[in-house]
Amino acid sequence: MADVLDEIQREIRENKVVLYMKGTPSFPMCGFSAATVKVLREIGVPFKAVDVLAEPEKREAIKVHSSWPTIPQLYVSGKFVGGCDIVREMHGRGELAPLIRAAVEAA
Amino acid sequence: MVSPDDIRRRIETALPGARVEVADTTGAGDHFEVQVAAPGFAGKGLVEQHQLVYGALGTLMQEIHALSLRTSVS
Repeated sequence: MADVLDEIQREIRENKVVLYMKGTPSFPMCGFSAATVKVLREIGVPFKAVDVLAEPEKREAIKVHSSWPTIPQLYVSGKFVGGCDIVREMHGRGELAPLIRAAVEAA
Repeated sequence: MVSPDDIRRRIETALPGARVEVADTTGAGDHFEVQVAAPGFAGKGLVEQHQLVYGALGTLMQEIHALSLRTSVS
């Protein structure tokens, strides 16, 4: 698990916005992952998607990394933002777009 | 199969004074919508609030396929 945790650390360090999800943005395999992709597309920022179904070890490691039991999981600037419910709630309040844009625009 | 009462009891035990509403969205005991209002959420961010609820559910989470969660401070 240590290697996979290192890989996760690298992914969230090297990419401003990372979504750990089931399936891919074009073919999400779960309604919660699909809903989270939809929010990110509405905000209109590029993001790295990681399909945990293709990497079973990472599926477990990401839960340990964030102390969060479910997928999807959104990371912005290396920080865990939340799962689908939180992403939708923050988006509804207009709080998510500024957070993500600030991260993407920061050098 | 998990019942809405199992979920409610676990959360109420872990979070004193919490108001908990649980809906079994498919009737199959594995998809739930849960709303929790608790005084213990005060001063905590959404991630921490949700983590408290997941922590309360503990091993039940392994039997639940999907759980939609909304938390607020009461």
